[in-house]
Amino acid sequence: MSPLPPHETAAGAAAKTRLDATLLDAVWDAHTVRELPNGDTQLYIGLHLIHEVTSPQAFAMLRDMGLRVRHPERTFATVDHIIPTESQRRPFADELAEAMMKELERNCREHDIRFFDPAHGEQGIVHVIAPELGLTQPGMTIACGDSHTSTHGAFGAVAFGIGTSQVRDVLATQCLSLARPKVRRIEIGGALSPGVYAKDVILHIIQRLGVKGGIGFAYEYAGPAIEAMSLEERMTVCNMSIEGGARCGYVNPDEATFAYLRGRERAPQGAALERAVTWWRSIASGPKARYADRVSIDGATISPTVTFGIHPGQSLGVGARIPRPEDVPDDERASLEEALAYMDLRAGAPIEGTPIDVAFIGSCTNGRLSDLREAARIAAKGHVAHGVKALVVPGSQAVARAAQAEGLPEIFRAAGFEWREAGCSMCLAMNPDRLTGRQMCASSSNRNFKGRQGSPAGRTLLMSPVMVAAAALEGRVTDARELL
Amino acid sequence: MSAKRERITGRACVLRGDDIDTDRIIPARYLRAVTFEGLGEHAFEDDRRQAKGNHPLDDARFAGARILVVGSNFGCGSSREHAPQALMRFGFEAFVGASFAEIFAGNCTALGLPCLTLAPQDLARLMDCIDLDPAQEIAIDVTGRSVTCRAGTLRASLPEGTRRQLVEGSWNNTAVLLEAGGAIESTADRLPYLRDFSATS
Repeated sequence: MSPLPPHETAAGAAAKTRLDATLLDAVWDAHTVRELPNGDTQLYIGLHLIHEVTSPQAFAMLRDMGLRVRHPERTFATVDHIIPTESQRRPFADELAEAMMKELERNCREHDIRFFDPAHGEQGIVHVIAPELGLTQPGMTIACGDSHTSTHGAFGAVAFGIGTSQVRDVLATQCLSLARPKVRRIEIGGALSPGVYAKDVILHIIQRLGVKGGIGFAYEYAGPAIEAMSLEERMTVCNMSIEGGARCGYVNPDEATFAYLRGRERAPQGAALERAVTWWRSIASGPKARYADRVSIDGATISPTVTFGIHPGQSLGVGARIPRPEDVPDDERASLEEALAYMDLRAGAPIEGTPIDVAFIGSCTNGRLSDLREAARIAAKGHVAHGVKALVVPGSQAVARAAQAEGLPEIFRAAGFEWREAGCSMCLAMNPDRLTGRQMCASSSNRNFKGRQGSPAGRTLLMSPVMVAAAALEGRVTDARELL
Repeated sequence: MSAKRERITGRACVLRGDDIDTDRIIPARYLRAVTFEGLGEHAFEDDRRQAKGNHPLDDARFAGARILVVGSNFGCGSSREHAPQALMRFGFEAFVGASFAEIFAGNCTALGLPCLTLAPQDLARLMDCIDLDPAQEIAIDVTGRSVTCRAGTLRASLPEGTRRQLVEGSWNNTAVLLEAGGAIESTADRLPYLRDFSATS
C-alpha cells in the first residue's frame, strides 16, 4: 500500500490549514465549543481577568441565577480603576472605593478566585500584571470587562473587552457567544525614525483608518517596524485597537515573544516551555493567510503624534497644523468643529506650543518600565515648568519596584514630577487623580473624550510618554526629539 | 427564556452627532458602585449640564421617549455596560442609528435592547420627521427589521443572530451557553496550554 500523500495525513492537513489561516482563525477554531443557533460561535475563554468595576454586578447576577463560577482556576482578579495612587493604605479615604474593594475581596474569597492584592505587592493595572506574570500567552482566548483587553494581543492571543453580562457568562460557563471578526492586516514597513514610539504608530493608524474603521475587524499588526518592537511596545499598539473600533488586535508570536515569557512566574518552564513554543509557532498566521483587508504604512513617515480633538482619531504630527473645517471631508466637519470648540484650539494653528496645565505618565497604554525609562531620559534634562502638575504612575507594583531598582523615581522627583503608587490614576475619573475645570492635560493614556479625565470640561492631548515628559518640562506641547 | 422583543413602539428622542462615547453617556464617576441602580438619572449628565437644559434628553417635546435615535459609532470607547444600563434605566428600550460600536451593541443585546441601523438618507429622514412631529408614535419591527414613522416605513439592519435572539427571547446568553454541557470541558481538554503545558493553576 502506498503511503498517503502529505496533505492527507493529519499533520499534512494541519500544515495545509495553517498556510492559509490567520492566527485569529487558528485560535478561534481551537476554542470553538459549538456553533450557536443565532450564528455566533460558543467560544471557550482560556483566561478571564476581572477587576472591581465591572465584576460586582456579574457576581450578583450569578447569585440571582443560583450559579457558581464554573472554572475559578481560569479567572484572576486585581484592583486598578478605583485605587488611590497617593496611598494604597486601607481603608481607602473614598468610601465608595473601599466598598468596591471589599466586594471584590468577598467575591474572590467566596468563589475561590486568585486575587492579586496590593497588600502582597502583586497589584497593578489588569493589562499590565497579566503579561508580567506570564498569565498572558500566545494562542489563548482572553476576556476582561475592560475595552483595553486588546492589549494582550501583543502576545498573539485573541483578547477582547466585554460587558458585565458577558463577565457573568464567562464566570458561569467559561464561554462567550461571539461573531468571528474579519481580519485586517496592517503592515508597518521600514523603520521608525528616532524619537518615534509605538504610541505614535497606533495614533497614526487610528488617524488613517478612523475611529470606526475597525468595527467588525480584528487588527493584525505586522511588518518590520512591528517586528522590531519589544513586547511592551507591541502592547501599546494593541492596547488602542479598540480606539480604532477594532475589538481585538494582535501581533503574531515570534522569538521576542518567547524570550519575554521565558522565566515568567506563570508561564510554562523547562520542557513544558519547549512544547509551548512549538505550539505557539504553529498558530501564527501562515504565509498564504487570507485577509479581508490589508493596509500598508511606511513607518518612516510617522512623526511624534499628538491628538488635538475629542476622539483618538483626531491627531496630527507634532510639526503639523490643526486642520481647518473646510479642509476635511463633509462627514468629519461637524465633529472637527465640535472638537475645536471644546478644546478651544484654533483651526490652522500649530499644535506645538499649546500650553498645558497637567502632565500624566501612566495607564495600561504607557505605564510600563520601558515607558518610564524613556520618559526619565527627558526628565533628567530639566525641571517641570512652573504651574504644571506632573504625575508619574507605574502600571503595577512590580513596575514600581523595577523602576526603583533603576533609580527612576529619584530622577522624576528631582525634576519636579510626583511619583505615585500603581493604578489607572488619571486615565479616567474613578479615583482621586482628576483634572479640574478646563485644565489641559498632556497624557500618555488612551482616550481624549470630553470629560474623560474627571473634569466635565477638562481637555486631553494624547501623546507618547516621552512627549508628555517634554511637555511637562516646557509647559507646552513640544517636539521631544529636540530634548532626546 | 427572556422576554421576546419583537416590536417596540413609542415616542422617540433625536440625539444628533457622531462618535458619542460611553464616557459621555455615563461619566466614570458614577461607575464607583457595586450595582447598576440609580444610573438612569445620570445618563449624559455632563453633556446635559453643559447644554443648560437644551439637551435632547431634557427637551420636553421628547419626554417619555422609549426610542433613542443617534448618529454613527454611538457608544464607542469603554466596554462599560453601565452605558446601556443608564439609558435603559432612563427609559429607552431601543436604539436606531447609522452605526454602533461593537461592544456597546453587544451589551445592548445582552439586555434585550435592539440596536437597529439605517442607511444615512433614511436616518436623516427619520430624524427630520421626528423633529417635525415629536409626539408621533414610532414603531420598531424587530422581527421584520424596519422602522415606521410618519414619513413611511424604513428598511433597517440588524444582524440575523441578534434578531433571532431578541425575537425568540434567547438574549440571556448564560442559559444558552450552559446548554453545551460537557462539550465546554472537552474543548478545554484539547487545548495545548491546558493539556500539555499548563503552568497557571
